[in-house]
Amino acid sequence: MSNDEKVFRAQVRKVYRLLMLLFVLFVITGGGLMYYMANPDIFDFMSKSKTVTLEPVEVDEDRIENGIHVRTGLVDAEGLMTVVNNCTNCHSSKLVTQNRMNAERWNATIKWMQETQNLWDLGRNQEVIVNYLVTNYPPIAKGRRMILTDIDWYEFED
Amino acid sequence: MKRRDFVKKAAVSSFATLIGTELVFGSQMIDGYVPLALQDPDPFKLFNKHKDMVVLNDKPWNIEAQAHLLDDKMTPNSCMFIRNNGLVPEGIDPKTWTLTIDGESVKNKKAYTLSDLKSKFEQHTYQLTLECGGNGRAEFDPPAKGNQWTIGAVHCASWTGVRLRDVLEDAGIKSDAVYIGYHAVDKHLSMDPKKEPISRGCPMSKAMQDETLLAFKMNGDDIPLIHGYPLRLVAGGWPASVSGKWINRISIRNKVHDGTKMTGTAYRVPCEPVAPGEKVKDEDMCIIESMPVKSLITYPKTGAIIKNGKPLNIRGHAWAGELEVGKMEYSIDFGSTWSICPIEKPVNRLAWQHFSATVDFPKSGYYEVWARATDTNGIAQPMLLPGWNPKGYLNNACHRIAVKVI
Repeated sequence: MSNDEKVFRAQVRKVYRLLMLLFVLFVITGGGLMYYMANPDIFDFMSKSKTVTLEPVEVDEDRIENGIHVRTGLVDAEGLMTVVNNCTNCHSSKLVTQNRMNAERWNATIKWMQETQNLWDLGRNQEVIVNYLVTNYPPIAKGRRMILTDIDWYEFED
Repeated sequence: MKRRDFVKKAAVSSFATLIGTELVFGSQMIDGYVPLALQDPDPFKLFNKHKDMVVLNDKPWNIEAQAHLLDDKMTPNSCMFIRNNGLVPEGIDPKTWTLTIDGESVKNKKAYTLSDLKSKFEQHTYQLTLECGGNGRAEFDPPAKGNQWTIGAVHCASWTGVRLRDVLEDAGIKSDAVYIGYHAVDKHLSMDPKKEPISRGCPMSKAMQDETLLAFKMNGDDIPLIHGYPLRLVAGGWPASVSGKWINRISIRNKVHDGTKMTGTAYRVPCEPVAPGEKVKDEDMCIIESMPVKSLITYPKTGAIIKNGKPLNIRGHAWAGELEVGKMEYSIDFGSTWSICPIEKPVNRLAWQHFSATVDFPKSGYYEVWARATDTNGIAQPMLLPGWNPKGYLNNACHRIAVKVI
């Protein structure tokens, strides 16, 4: 082995070690950053103690009771949160549940809201929303006049 | 942004619009903490409404009465329906409030303060029937889009103000005037400042009627905020949407007003009758003007159980848009026979009229008392739903109450 070759090999080893060190450092920093992105509260020691003390009063805004999304009154079914997030920002969910339409008329209503009421493009969510509505709030046949229902009978005293 | 954070921020910003001020430190609000005013946005307290009023929608607010709540001859605030298209305005200062009269057909564009209106023009008080064009929408089949009003979107309160005619004439009306359109300060639901939630109006002939008021008092007091404080246009007998709330501008137009909810299908019905569910082109829809003849049995409340052999006293109101009610009848056998009952004259034009009757039932059993009013043109309420229309307006089918005789 010539002297030149020895020197060269030693240099290669040096460069290799340096590269390995850089790589390990990169993995540690990168991993740390990734962890921080996923857990942004890691260095926020103040808020951490706050969370612990307030845990008992925290209420899940999207809790479901008896199959009903409590905050909006909407039925818990496939597509619920898509409807909550797209259809209850400008107007109340009550406007949604009052109205019973088929898919064609819901799509027309969505188009009208987009043209006149600043509703955004729903993309693939539109199908999810319309399916949720026609499945859970289908039109009821009423005919030319319905019978009186839910009569609250009481003893009448004049 | 985490979804919950987004919801929290959204809640904070909508809270800000509700109380009319920015929430300082709102973004630092603790998870799970709901501001006190939002925890229980109780509309009954907020608007002084009777506990039996029915909330159809809370954004925007839409609340209706039930028949038995409308028993008073003059409807108190507590039982008046609320129909909003946008968000209730905030921070109204009556001292700086102005009404501007403008438009293509005004001679001199002019602004009036509230005290100008009160001092310059003669004041008048009328009881005026206001019924939402969509009252009764819930009954249409196929269903019509919108708030599903049943029977309670009507009231007859007393309104005090100045005649719109006097103010328009003071500014000067050009000979080519066709229509007036109102503008108000309520905000669009999307918060887009360029959008008006509603801007409707009426032809000059309606604007010039004695009873068409720019009102600043309701039932003798300042108009409640939710009903249009400090200034409301009141045009009795027409869809209540003509009676714009929170008015700050009226345009005298040289064409049919083209504001929000004047065009397309809003407050319009097919010019020619259509089959239920039929599609109707926008250009085949005509603007609703006078509301049709209608009546309500306001006493007793539906569901009365009475003793056999005892007569039942009933009462209620009837109205007929621009016209008067000429005849009032009731039936206890689903329209096989009708009995005429007395109907009072209106206290003034466009006020609802009161009827009462003593009803005898031949034997025990289940009954329905149906009421039917006929206007002075001989047009009566139908027992079935009237002609279907895409937006579900003008349902003036007979009202009925259930009675059991035991």
